Amino acid sequence: MKYLDEFSDPVLARRLFDEIRALTTQPWSLMEVCGGQTHSIIRHGIDQLLPDEIQLIHGPGCPVCVTPLETIDKALEIASRPEVVFCSFGDMLRVPGSGRDLFKVKSEGGDVRVVYSPLDALRIAQDNPDRQVVFFGIGFETTAPPNAMTVYQAKKLGIGNFSLLVSHVRVPPAIDAIMNSPDCRVQAFLAAGHVCTVMGTAEYPELAERHKVPIVVTGFEPLDILEGIRRAVRQLEAGRHVVENAYPRAVQPEGSPAARAMLADVFEVTDRAWRGIGMIPRSGWRLSPRYRDYDAEHRFSVTDIDTQESTVCRSGEVLQGLIKPHECAAFGKQCTPRNPLGATMVSSEGACAAYYLYRRLQVPTTQEASSVG
Amino acid sequence: MCLAVPGRVLEIEERDATRMAKVDFGGVVKEVCLEYVPEMQVGDYAIVHVGFALQRLDEESAKQTLELFENLGVLEEEFGDAWAKAARDAGAERPAGTTPPQGPAQDADEEGRP
Ligand code: SF4
Repeated sequence: MKYLDEFSDPVLARRLFDEIRALTTQPWSLMEVCGGQTHSIIRHGIDQLLPDEIQLIHGPGCPVCVTPLETIDKALEIASRPEVVFCSFGDMLRVPGSGRDLFKVKSEGGDVRVVYSPLDALRIAQDNPDRQVVFFGIGFETTAPPNAMTVYQAKKLGIGNFSLLVSHVRVPPAIDAIMNSPDCRVQAFLAAGHVCTVMGTAEYPELAERHKVPIVVTGFEPLDILEGIRRAVRQLEAGRHVVENAYPRAVQPEGSPAARAMLADVFEVTDRAWRGIGMIPRSGWRLSPRYRDYDAEHRFSVTDIDTQESTVCRSGEVLQGLIKPHECAAFGKQCTPRNPLGATMVSSEGACAAYYLYRRLQVPTTQEASSVG
Repeated sequence: MCLAVPGRVLEIEERDATRMAKVDFGGVVKEVCLEYVPEMQVGDYAIVHVGFALQRLDEESAKQTLELFENLGVLEEEFGDAWAKAARDAGAERPAGTTPPQGPAQDADEEGRP
């Protein structure tokens, strides 16, 4: 139990583990949707401290990982143009497109800038009226409202040299797609807490009912995750399948009405491809017709792009919970954070990166493991 | 960038008809838009994601979460020097024209943040 000391409240953690053990009478598979939860789980060894019957399956909830290759290539193409200042969050810098990444574009002289907030990109546009400023708008329901507000502001302030390369994705259609897959092993979901901070819980009861699957809204702290697991197992053992909120300090049932209203104004729901997974109907957002002028894809006409996925990378299966990262033959060998073949090894929320970072020593097949271990 | 980080509102002002605040994330101070949580007051804690407050949070939970995020390296990732990290990961030189961030984020690094 070497990990237990690392919990903020080891006594409470032990009690939760004991309760989960007492509840569990048969095998169950739970998916944590969010990559932040995955990192917390691996870092604190939660999966290893749980009873053997309980399997945690890592979900697709990392926005960097699921941004399609085609969109990365569009970003690289736009960022290479001399008239463009391309603004992005830092974790997109090393996500591989077909052959290069934003870091390389910058090294070759492209004007790529890391910003903390989309509003910083808008400020750069205000300060540089002779340049075209493009912001790489990726992310789930948590990130979409800030980007929506930024486009709204650009329009309101009449800032014409700003545009958004949009690749927003929505969680509930992904849950639906995972449950519809014939290979699906998931019996309960730990839903992503911060997504629900914005969206509330209204989208989930229908999914829980239709797929007969418990959905527990869960935070990121190790104790939150344990509480989410406890509630999910309690439902599974009782044959129930409802939506529960185990993260009430951050999630109200109605979410954030102001953010949802802004989303509805600026974006419209669209089909979207997820990297490694493929097209999921109605799983994304694009700018609504009123804001189409701010769409970078239109402004820079980057539609016909030829993409080349790595033939080795199995991140699609990792993202759907079909394999664990170390089951990929390239893990820790051809594929490392220094030389990533897939986004799941780059992103700080990616499952491959989590295993590499925290569990490298426990993959007995690699040489590194035996030499260090 | 996916996680939202708790921070404390230090001061509030209107800019371009938008409610903005200076928010302290355990020593790193950033500009944050309050439009989605209009009831926020100076001294309150909020969950902030990419420069936008998304929900109020009680002080106790905010402090616990901040501590956890610091241990997980989330704060460094969110506010640290992304070019330095990318260059390290790539085993390459930092590209020209990427100066290290100035101000509080750097101070925080010098205080030994992981
Ligand atoms: S270890 Fe690398 S190659 Fe394998 S699935 Fe993960 S990112 Fe792809």
